[in-house]
Amino acid sequence: MSGTRVIDEASPLTQPSPPRGRGQGEGAGPYSLPGDHGLHRQLEKTWSPATGPLRWFMQIDHHVIGKRFIITAFIWFALGGVLAALMRIQLSRPGNTFLSADLYNQIFTMHGTTMMFLFAVPVMEAVAIYMIPLLVGSRALAFPRLTAFSYYMFLFGGIMLYTAFFLNIGPDAGWFSYVPLASPEFAPGKRVDIWSQLVNFTEISAIAVAIELIVTILKQRTPGMSVNRMPLYVWSMLVTAFMIIFAMPAVMVGSLYLLLDRLVGTHLFNVAEGGDPLLWQHLFWFFGHPEVYIIFIPALGMVSSIITTFCRRPVFGYTAMVLSQVATGFIGFGLWVHHMFTTGLPQSGESFFTAASMMIAIPSGIQIFCWIATIWMGRPVYKPPLMFVLGFVAIFVLGGLSGVMVASIPIDLQVHDTFFVVAHLHYVLIGGAVFPLLGALYYWFPKITGRLMNDRAGHVSFWLIFIGFNLTFFPMHKLGLIGMPRRVYTYLSETGWGQLNLLATIGSVVLALGFLTYFINALVCAKRGEFAGANPWDGPTLEWATDSPPPHYNFIHMPVVSSTEPLWHAPEHAPLVTGLSTTAKEVLITRTFDAEPDHRYTYPAPSAWPFLTALATAGIFLGLLFTPWAFVIGLPIASLMAVGWFWPTTPQKEGDAPQDSATASEAVA
Amino acid sequence: MTIVLMTGIQSALNPAGVQAEKIARLWDLFFWVSAVVYVLVMIFLLAALLRRRPEIVPNATSPRVRAAVSIATGLTVLTLFALLTASIFTGRSLSDVPERAIQIGVTGKQWWWHIEYDDTDKSKRITTANEITIPVGMPVTVHLQTSDVIHSFWVPNLHGKRDLIPGRRLTWTFSADRPGVYRGQCAEFCGYQHAKMALWINALPAAEYASWLEASRKSSKIPSTPEERKGQEVFMSSPCPLCHTIGGTEAAGKTGPDLTHFASRRSIGAASVPNRREFLAHWIVDAQHFKPGSLMPSMTLEPGQLEPLVVYLESLR
Repeated sequence: MSGTRVIDEASPLTQPSPPRGRGQGEGAGPYSLPGDHGLHRQLEKTWSPATGPLRWFMQIDHHVIGKRFIITAFIWFALGGVLAALMRIQLSRPGNTFLSADLYNQIFTMHGTTMMFLFAVPVMEAVAIYMIPLLVGSRALAFPRLTAFSYYMFLFGGIMLYTAFFLNIGPDAGWFSYVPLASPEFAPGKRVDIWSQLVNFTEISAIAVAIELIVTILKQRTPGMSVNRMPLYVWSMLVTAFMIIFAMPAVMVGSLYLLLDRLVGTHLFNVAEGGDPLLWQHLFWFFGHPEVYIIFIPALGMVSSIITTFCRRPVFGYTAMVLSQVATGFIGFGLWVHHMFTTGLPQSGESFFTAASMMIAIPSGIQIFCWIATIWMGRPVYKPPLMFVLGFVAIFVLGGLSGVMVASIPIDLQVHDTFFVVAHLHYVLIGGAVFPLLGALYYWFPKITGRLMNDRAGHVSFWLIFIGFNLTFFPMHKLGLIGMPRRVYTYLSETGWGQLNLLATIGSVVLALGFLTYFINALVCAKRGEFAGANPWDGPTLEWATDSPPPHYNFIHMPVVSSTEPLWHAPEHAPLVTGLSTTAKEVLITRTFDAEPDHRYTYPAPSAWPFLTALATAGIFLGLLFTPWAFVIGLPIASLMAVGWFWPTTPQKEGDAPQDSATASEAVA
Repeated sequence: MTIVLMTGIQSALNPAGVQAEKIARLWDLFFWVSAVVYVLVMIFLLAALLRRRPEIVPNATSPRVRAAVSIATGLTVLTLFALLTASIFTGRSLSDVPERAIQIGVTGKQWWWHIEYDDTDKSKRITTANEITIPVGMPVTVHLQTSDVIHSFWVPNLHGKRDLIPGRRLTWTFSADRPGVYRGQCAEFCGYQHAKMALWINALPAAEYASWLEASRKSSKIPSTPEERKGQEVFMSSPCPLCHTIGGTEAAGKTGPDLTHFASRRSIGAASVPNRREFLAHWIVDAQHFKPGSLMPSMTLEPGQLEPLVVYLESLR
């Protein structure tokens, strides 16, 4: 395709800014032109999602898949939360018999597996699937059919896991499945096989989404959005996506080895035959520690977005923030051994990992300081999203400090695998990721649904979650120090752990009420909330430059930006991109660093092939639990589906072009 | 921190040995530094939120804020470096292993601890389970092995934890500075009954330790009353000897804990049930009630057999 200069800097504006609450297609403020309504109807037709009775299986629109992804992830989150509540009931008093040992072991394994593999990473990617094209000013997410495929793989994996659990064959060797406890000798049956396959399902999904995000961010940014003008949230997703691509293969190799040991009879982890159980730990934690940052870095981007909007000024220290995120991404790969300090590795080697683990506190610290500086210089507006961010700072700083503690080998020797670590990891994951996520969803809810959530209920849910969280998890620090190991289904009353455990259980009730309030608020307001308009919070980034909810094509005209906060600094006559076809699904591809327009690319039509390919792949994965022949039989079927997926379609008719060529020719280069 | 809720027999905050003491001092340092850092950050956050603002907030970045952020970053680096140094020095001093230490073999099994005091003189070897007796003030080196999955040896009052890994033989050296009973527990998830895999450390003054050694090296006590004799018969004619050893008798099973001096032990089922008559009787007929999944089957006994069996086991001091 030939490069097309498509920037129009001279179009007169008929609509005054700022934009608020316009009807569909009337565009938003600086980025609209006369006659947009007709364009809107044409673009709606071109970009319309699949229709017909089988449309559910054919959608490839990033809004549709993004919403499904978010909702599915939250369903797993709710299930994981119920499991957590069951554990809290069991541990509320010593010697409780509410759950049997076997069920408890399944439940804590399911809780960890759900939260790490089915919620934390997927939900961050899910939000990005919806938001990133809007933030970078693109018509769609790259590789839309792959997006659909990754959603179905994620969905099927979760369904498989929970089906197994409800059939009482849920995995029970922990979310980390240490060998030899997870080896065939000590874990006969299908339980650990199901865990390993779940890892494969979700990691395929995660890597595919990461690729879509990287390509979208690097190649589909709107003109003018050079890398130094990318919103911090976009930066955070870029770093995260690269981390996913480097971290996830380690656990996939690990789970493949485990499956080979279990299903084919290799001895990769079997000491008696020359294998090594520590190999598993290295593979698992080489993924497992970066995973924490994969969850946490998107949250950093969300926090920056919210602080910018609700403190009414750009985040202090943009360059420092970006470099901190990138540094976190790199250092995150040098920490994994701090999960293995008790395995007796050489001391000098371990010290390196202590140093790295402490070093990662520096970029986190810088970001905290920059946010505080932003608040200091700004004018905070205490809406619920900002409250969640303030809660994040209060909790995450504490979790970061306990992280410095566990980075120290001698201290870790005491607190490793105790409730101290349970407290620490929930402080960094709930405090560091779930709080910003809840804030961000509250913030972007009007964009996604077109309606605002209820602020009063939002504040109530924030305080319940904040208080409940601290009541639940703060006592666990103390429990770990006074000797309570993790993953125990019960304890003796002589240990003296009863009171703090009861306190934690009471806290978890408050926490659960908080989550319930938040979700009910979201569910009710999705139907009955106040209309939001295009930009209810006066946000500065491009997602607010289009309607709420955004049309399927996102923007009538690609905006051309000249700052990190385009909507705050948009000149009255904002330059626009014109010349993209309205009758074909054309997306503007720009250059990686300076985002200069490069070429136009035509997107594929809705299709059921990604669904069928995912179905066939899932069939192979499930069949492998029973017979290796599943691979032999399933591979040709899956390949056939992929052939259907990639079958070339008739090239775009030339007749589409002239309609736009007029606009394009007028464009000032 | 509050001490009210602490019973202290399984607590890193109540050190009873030099290693645990060093870690506890390092913990104190980290705790107070963290507390100060946390309070400072929160003060700055609150100040940033609550400070009085001019009517029009200037858009430019003030150089004072820039300086403050730089200073805070610099202080963070310095603090972390200081903590890192303290941590590495403590780590080094923990790995100084004394030349002369008492050597004890510990083998983790699902879900109990097999303990062996080795000696070149075979008659002086001691085998026991779930209870380690050590002299106060003497360094002890445990040789950690596992016969199945990964476990982790952890007695928080004396030292941090060390894993028991298949194919590896790790050692762990600690000492108790004051006499007492300390509880330890497996810290690496090891399956079904991970929660009930604990052990006791008895730290005795040197003289008492010597007499404990003396007593433990002896074979089991020979039954002296008719009831004890009947109990021994019951034991030997039941499946018990297939799994358990009683020194000096023909019972030489290796699957379960050695029972030679069973009655001297504090508890049953890897420190999960007190070793008292009522619990012992219940344990024999229904171990699965206390510890479902353990290899100890619930025994079916004839009427009148349980009582003498319990009396016999209780005589094995």
